[in-house]
Amino acid sequence: MKENAILEMKAIDKVFPGVLALQGVDFTLCAGEIHALMGENGAGKSTLIKVLTGVYSKDGGQIYLKGYDKPVIIRSPQEAQKMGISTVYQEITLCPNLSVAENMYIGRGEGVRVNWKKINEKADAILKSLDIPAKATQQLSSCSIAVQQMVAIARAVDMDCKVLILDEPTSSLDEQEVAKLFKLMRDLKERGVGIIFVTHFLDQVYEVCDKITVLRDGRLVGEYEIKDLPRVQLVSKMLGKELDDLSDISGEHKKFQAEPNTPPVFEAVGLQSDAGIKPFDFYIQKGEVNGFTGLLGSGRSECVRAIFGADRVLGGTVKKDGNAIKIAKPIDAMRNGIGYLPEDRKVDGIVGELSVRENIILALQVLKGFFKPFSRAEAARFADEYIKLLDIKTASADTPIKSLSGGNQQKVILARWLLTHPEYLILDEPTRGIDVGTKVDIQKLVLKLASEGMSITFISSETDEMLRTCSRMVVMRDRAVVGELTDDDLTQGKIMSTIAGGEKKDE
Amino acid sequence: MKIWNKIKSWPLLLPVVALILVMAVNIIHDAAVGDNPLSFFMISLRDTTTNGTILFGRIIDIINRGSEVAILAIGMTLVVSASAGTDISVGSVMSLCASFMCMNLAGYGVSSTTTLAKPLIVGLLAAVLMGALCGAFNGTLVSHLSIQPMVATLILYSAARAIGLLLCNDLIVYVRNPSFAFIGAFTGPIPTPILITVVCIILISVVLKKTALGMYIQSVGINAKASRIAGLNSRRLRFLAYLLCGVFASLAGIVASSRITSADSNNIGLYLEMDAILSVALGGNSLGGGKFNLAGSIIGAYTIQAITTTLYALGVSSIQAPVYKAIIVIIIVVIEAPPFKAFIRKHSAARATKGVKA
Repeated sequence: MKENAILEMKAIDKVFPGVLALQGVDFTLCAGEIHALMGENGAGKSTLIKVLTGVYSKDGGQIYLKGYDKPVIIRSPQEAQKMGISTVYQEITLCPNLSVAENMYIGRGEGVRVNWKKINEKADAILKSLDIPAKATQQLSSCSIAVQQMVAIARAVDMDCKVLILDEPTSSLDEQEVAKLFKLMRDLKERGVGIIFVTHFLDQVYEVCDKITVLRDGRLVGEYEIKDLPRVQLVSKMLGKELDDLSDISGEHKKFQAEPNTPPVFEAVGLQSDAGIKPFDFYIQKGEVNGFTGLLGSGRSECVRAIFGADRVLGGTVKKDGNAIKIAKPIDAMRNGIGYLPEDRKVDGIVGELSVRENIILALQVLKGFFKPFSRAEAARFADEYIKLLDIKTASADTPIKSLSGGNQQKVILARWLLTHPEYLILDEPTRGIDVGTKVDIQKLVLKLASEGMSITFISSETDEMLRTCSRMVVMRDRAVVGELTDDDLTQGKIMSTIAGGEKKDE
Repeated sequence: MKIWNKIKSWPLLLPVVALILVMAVNIIHDAAVGDNPLSFFMISLRDTTTNGTILFGRIIDIINRGSEVAILAIGMTLVVSASAGTDISVGSVMSLCASFMCMNLAGYGVSSTTTLAKPLIVGLLAAVLMGALCGAFNGTLVSHLSIQPMVATLILYSAARAIGLLLCNDLIVYVRNPSFAFIGAFTGPIPTPILITVVCIILISVVLKKTALGMYIQSVGINAKASRIAGLNSRRLRFLAYLLCGVFASLAGIVASSRITSADSNNIGLYLEMDAILSVALGGNSLGGGKFNLAGSIIGAYTIQAITTTLYALGVSSIQAPVYKAIIVIIIVVIEAPPFKAFIRKHSAARATKGVKA
């Protein structure tokens, strides 16, 4: 092992049926270091963490821990904790209706008899030494989420943890709470704890971390000192595009000219939802294809969900043809001619046990009304038409949608919205997890629909895809709109530098 | 082989097989005691002093006695599908509706009457209204306050009978009026409850045919989030399911009350919620919600009644009957349990590969 290292993972492999989730990944953590683990969705961050904490067993490689002369085998999270590896997740995994002290000591008792007085005193002492604003006897649910997270950390610290893993700890915290958490992280660093910090927030990485390890598609891209890796470089490494190549590729997008003096078809002003995005402005013209881009978790989906009324709207207005309309829930948006293909197909899209036919006609049926059901013949005609149009591979229209492949499920949901003939169609990651042929089909379809006058917002994690379809891109970072690119600015390089943002000048 | 596969995937397989089994037990028993083996299926006309010429036979008896559970099973099916929970208050709600109806028909505080204080229709509407009210109460708790269905309906399960007693001034109210008794007796030769059940089934069939209710409820039950994105209001639909369940409970209550021409708060609909839930499960519906099969539930309801009647015919006392019912429930639940299904699949797959090798 390297000097000063407390954890070394070497050539870790993990195979899931049909997928190589991790291939020969190395990871080294030193004492007194905050180490960011970065990568896009599916890069292998969570898998690596789960191998380290014993949730998954590894299929290859070794894990070395300081204090053990042989490679360690970690079979369960409990074993990992005994070896000094603790994890604090984004969702609090403590018991909200127990006291703070109970949460810190639950499951660690040595016997039946518990001296609560002593335990409360001990807990208070630790909380005080870490400067956590909570009392031992306080019920956990009465603390803010940030404090609850800190209590989870305090529990880990008291269990003598050497390696602390923080998995997206800041997603549900406000800025002041984040600052407090960072102070605690720095305190622990002083004490020699090694911290692995998993986050999507670039600003936070540069604020608190010492080193960055980047993963992509289950492989190690590299380990970098924070000062050696400017933001733009980091983004390009996460997305897997070399900057030099990027600046050359200009978008193949079509130029789009809005008709002069007409208001946008749809316009959002100061729109804000309960999903934690900053208020944003947005508009789309008739026949335009635009997109939201940004890293995962930057708020792309949350913006379009706010427009569609899928999340609770807290403020701002949406206008159609210049007139304010009220969108409180999806049906309001649908009545105004908006369709929305959601990002998470399984959760928000398919109705698993219903047939392909029922899944296709669902939205149109809802628009038509409760008392006017489609006859079986009508429904079958619509279904057959779109199964043919989109080339959906299904045994029959009666087959339950859940037995179709992911790509074909996606086409069914697409059919559901096309059938409603929307004026404005929002496609949130329509090509995720589907084969290349289908991807191209969908891109072509988007351009065709736009040329027929439909307005489309297209969101994809793959920038190439968006460059091919969008004539304007709204760039997001850390849940806020940070820029808008059109025409000559639509290049990979420009998009990436906008996503990364400048090194903060005002700090 | 193809036909076999088709039968295996037939949604009504379980309830129909159960019903056939019950019939088989009857045939064997009748043959064993030296009766005509087909006496279970015999229907005859008999003259009675009270009701004139009526249909008579064990089958008629089962369909007649099974009316309440069949009516309850309709509402229960919708509730299970929409909310992945059960309404355990239906038995008590039946009783409350009966009490409210009899209170209206007899007048408050009157314990026995032969003349109606109000027109019959007012009493019937009062019962239905009370059922709708109870359903709305349950529906609000479940859909708008997100209380677990079992807990939400536990409130009326325990309170409704007491409220009924309160309405009837702690009395068993008897309404011995022929126009009221007719509901639980005979229309021509046919028992009226059978006709009422048929009307209920036609009613719900029309609703399912003429509205998108069926698809909406299943969609919400399978994936509420996706349904919302597609424009459905899952709260309102869940509420509607409970509301309808309450209305059907009131109809069952009217029938049960008329049979005994009284509102016996402590006994009307007793334990029937369990039979209704069992009908739904026996009908091949998943109690986890989602897709429903109304025909299955109704066949399930009559199967349960057939089991009860058969047990009596076999000489099992009414006190012992629940033990045998419990055994049948255990068998059904095990057959439907995912691990058991997986076990069967594994076994038949293994046999299939063996066959290929040979």
